[in-house]
Amino acid sequence: MKTRFSRSLQTTIIFLVVGGILALALGGFFSSASASFGRSLISAQTWVSTRYITIRDFFNAPSDIASLQQRNAQLESEISGLQAQVIQLQQQLTDTQVLAALVDFSQGSPESVYKAASVIGRDPSPFLHYIIINSGSNAGLRRGMPVVTNQGLIGRVDAVIADAARVQLVTDPSSAINIRLQNADTDAILVGSVTGDIAIEMISQDVDVQEGDVILTSGLGGNYPPDLLVGQLFNLRKRDYELFQTASVQSTVDFSRLEIVLVIMNFKPIDITPLVPETTP
Amino acid sequence: MLVIQMAVVSRIPLFGLGYADLVLVTLAAWSLQERVETSWHWAVIAGLLVGWASALPWIVPVIGYLLMVAFARLLVRRIWQAPLLAMFVIVFFGSLIFHLLSALTLQLLGSPILIGDALSVVTLPSLMLNLFLALPLYAIFRDLSVWVYDIEDYE
Repeated sequence: MKTRFSRSLQTTIIFLVVGGILALALGGFFSSASASFGRSLISAQTWVSTRYITIRDFFNAPSDIASLQQRNAQLESEISGLQAQVIQLQQQLTDTQVLAALVDFSQGSPESVYKAASVIGRDPSPFLHYIIINSGSNAGLRRGMPVVTNQGLIGRVDAVIADAARVQLVTDPSSAINIRLQNADTDAILVGSVTGDIAIEMISQDVDVQEGDVILTSGLGGNYPPDLLVGQLFNLRKRDYELFQTASVQSTVDFSRLEIVLVIMNFKPIDITPLVPETTP
Repeated sequence: MLVIQMAVVSRIPLFGLGYADLVLVTLAAWSLQERVETSWHWAVIAGLLVGWASALPWIVPVIGYLLMVAFARLLVRRIWQAPLLAMFVIVFFGSLIFHLLSALTLQLLGSPILIGDALSVVTLPSLMLNLFLALPLYAIFRDLSVWVYDIEDYE
């Protein structure tokens, strides 16, 4: 009997305590305590979560790096491909620009028939200034045909095989071309040199020549058609004790960067050798 | 080699003028290999090919290369212990002989070439480039001769 009473008392006390706590909680008396409990819980959860993510990343990272490296390699390969395309397109653009300039030039002189050819090599001897082009007798090229670019005269065909030809540049030491100084209206001879510089010789002393005068082929001798642009005169040397004036020439063509040239197909050089009188002893 | 010479090497001049002679250096490197007995044939073939492609008279490269091979064969027996030294000596004198021969021939044919000027503005840079090429080409042709002639006691 006594035991049953004691249990009823305990139950009543527990109910009262729990009910009191609930009443206090509902009355807002535990808000500060619950807030600090919540903060502690959140802090603990954040700490655990952070450590978990760190550990998970640690174990998952190698696969990510591998996939990233794979992706990186793939992108680098794509970049390389695109860079190659860009270079190819730039080359095509350069070629197109050169060809457009050559077309403009050929349209400016409709009386001539041109054949475009690419420069594929240079003479193996450094003493000579010759280029090799990729058109030959199959394309109708013949020895002696003049070769030009849109910037001016570069030389003439020296030797021909079926699909290639060798062109002697005006800078070659054995090249000699009859030229005309446009402003002074006088003839002279343009000669090359082993250094690649070109000069004018045989300018008469009594002719008034100015630096900057335009130099054109004269057509004398029949090796070149007249009025092809060669360059401009500069660095005139006139000495009283010499028979002729000489001058250096600034060529309009950059001979070190020749890529595409035009061969004048409808010009036939004239061989005047039979007309030259033989020297008698 | 001639194709590479004409398409590439001849477009890379030093000081705007002289460029290397790949064919000459190659012949020098091949001639210096002790077991090689065909260097004379290669000299004639190379000379004829260069003479055909170049505006130089064909006899100039043929004689030039033959002289260089003769010099190389003579030297290889004298200073065989120092093959690299022999290589440099042959390339040096071979280039000089070849250029002198070319300049003299062109002068005889009427080109207004001054030998002194030609040697200083063309030969000097060419010589430097040839000597620069001598070492790698010697190594390549040394390996090639070992491979071709199956030399076992290769150092």
